[in-house]
Amino acid sequence: MSKAVLCDANKCIGCRACQVACKQWNEMPGETTTNTGSYENPPKTTAYTLTKVHFSEADYDGKFHWVFTKIQCMHCEHPACAAACLVGAFQKTEEGPVLYDDHKCIGCRYCMVACPFGIPAYQWDDPTPWVRKCTFCADRQTGGLKPACVTACPSGALKFSERDALIAEAHQRIAAEPSKYVNHVYGEEEVGGTSWLYLSPVPFDMLGMPVVGSEAVTVNVERAMGAVPPVLVGVAALMSGIYWLVKRRQGSGGAVTPDDKERVGVPK
Amino acid sequence: MKINKRSIPVGTLILTTVVLIGLITMILRYINGLGATTNLSDGRAWGLWISFDLYCGVALAAGGFTLAGIVYIFRREKYHAVARPAILTAFLGYTLVILALLVDLGQPWYIWRFLFNWNIHSPMFEVSLCVMTYTIVLALEFSPVVFEALSKSDLPIIKRFKWQIPMRIIRAIQIPLVIAGIVLSTLHQSSLGSMLLMMPETLHTLWYTPILPILFLNSAIAVGPAMVMFESTLSSRVFGHRLSLDIFSGLGKMTAYILSVYLLLKIVDLLARGDLTLIFTAYPENLLWWGEMVIGAILPIVLFSMPSVRQSRTWLFWTATLVVVGLIFNRFNVSMLALGIRPDFTYFPYWMEFAVSAGLVADAMLVIWLANRLLPMGPGNKEGAITEAGSN
Repeated sequence: MSKAVLCDANKCIGCRACQVACKQWNEMPGETTTNTGSYENPPKTTAYTLTKVHFSEADYDGKFHWVFTKIQCMHCEHPACAAACLVGAFQKTEEGPVLYDDHKCIGCRYCMVACPFGIPAYQWDDPTPWVRKCTFCADRQTGGLKPACVTACPSGALKFSERDALIAEAHQRIAAEPSKYVNHVYGEEEVGGTSWLYLSPVPFDMLGMPVVGSEAVTVNVERAMGAVPPVLVGVAALMSGIYWLVKRRQGSGGAVTPDDKERVGVPK
Repeated sequence: MKINKRSIPVGTLILTTVVLIGLITMILRYINGLGATTNLSDGRAWGLWISFDLYCGVALAAGGFTLAGIVYIFRREKYHAVARPAILTAFLGYTLVILALLVDLGQPWYIWRFLFNWNIHSPMFEVSLCVMTYTIVLALEFSPVVFEALSKSDLPIIKRFKWQIPMRIIRAIQIPLVIAGIVLSTLHQSSLGSMLLMMPETLHTLWYTPILPILFLNSAIAVGPAMVMFESTLSSRVFGHRLSLDIFSGLGKMTAYILSVYLLLKIVDLLARGDLTLIFTAYPENLLWWGEMVIGAILPIVLFSMPSVRQSRTWLFWTATLVVVGLIFNRFNVSMLALGIRPDFTYFPYWMEFAVSAGLVADAMLVIWLANRLLPMGPGNKEGAITEAGSN
């Protein structure tokens, strides 16, 4: 069974203890930022800030909402990064985390372009850069611990458990207080499902969460890649066939008159 | 550089300068890293080098497999005279793609890793494997020209080697090589489109379609002959040897047919997905769409269909240029302009990115210039051409 985290924006108080815990556990340096007039800091997730709390001000259902959502890798069930990576540096583990391996990466950054949530970040300031993103604390999980951010969360906004159980619980919470939540568990269906699930009092696009379909983004790629072997054989056979046919028609002597046109039709 | 012949033309001097600036910029990139030499960011992780050097570079080198196919598989002897320049251009194109990747990759010294860590489901893995293999195929396809030049050399050390032997070997595997080239090109030209299939959420609906690989292959096949026309017109200006108008008008006609199929596919695809109205409503992206379609498909089809255009070298050249520009427009659209950037990011290439790309193009032009001076490239070498190698 795969693990997941349910992030309930109605319970988040925006304290950002999760951000600090993440920095500590992953031994990430602090970043120099400027005051943008918001409590939100740093402004974006980077290769050194694997998670952050996003502050949204939303006008919804006649009410003003100040909503806090934790941003990090969603740990997709069908991760685009893993399908994209040519060296297989990304792996979706059975336990839930999508993990990245420095020892395979060559730095093409296809993962960063492919990710529908815009998560993988690059160490641009480093002449020998790697990709960095949330690891779902896979190292802690194997030791029987919860992810650092979940451990640090004081308000119960983050809950770590089995994915199926959390989806059921999320729907229960919505059913119990339908006025407090929009009827949508973000991550249940998004791009084929993710290991991070969200509840919110306002629609998720108002929180800056990408509006994505329920089909895994890897579907069309898989279809196209499945066509490779038949195309390989087919084109080779077709070209050999055309060569043989044209040669036979032109005679084995091979002396071709320059204006021998339209005999074989227009080449593709 | 080794070009200290009696008189160095001004063009060569400019090219050499551009090459040197590019080289210095590349060194700076390796010392200071990508962040210091590019405007790339987490929001826009692929920039000019991928859009221009990889996406346009691979497509514009398609002349190598289309012309090889026309001449050696369909045996249209008429086009033999342009096969050599086309194959050389393709070989240089792919060499540049590899060089550009060695600049663009974050860890280029680990590029060999893809040979040992296969993700066969990744379209990029397929592209990498095909680009590597096809570059070798192109080198072999072009090698008889080099062997021919070497066998004529007067230098005693070079003379001692029997160049006829490798020439004969290549001649024996000529047709399998050409077929391998066509297969590899079909696969990776289309897979460059498959790579974008991973972005259904970020690539604009006008361009995102499951048939993207087919469209990529189709447009590459169309731009192949156009690029050969474009390039051989330019080199005939510089080197003086003229190709018969017959070749050009034939290539023009061919391009018109292939582009018609492309245009049809584009329209039918949008129609089938029910998104055709987007070409009027999806402002401002629809302007990009119209731009690439008018420049790269509609205008060239109309022009190449006119007999008067096909009888004029100037018109043929400019129409071919339209096809090339249209293709570049298209590849920039799908890999940059119509591909969503992460929120709160902007991207415009840093001057160093332009310097490296320009330097690489100048590299290729210098090599073409050298090849035309040192190797039997001209159309007069029909007899000594690749299939009938060993005429001396």
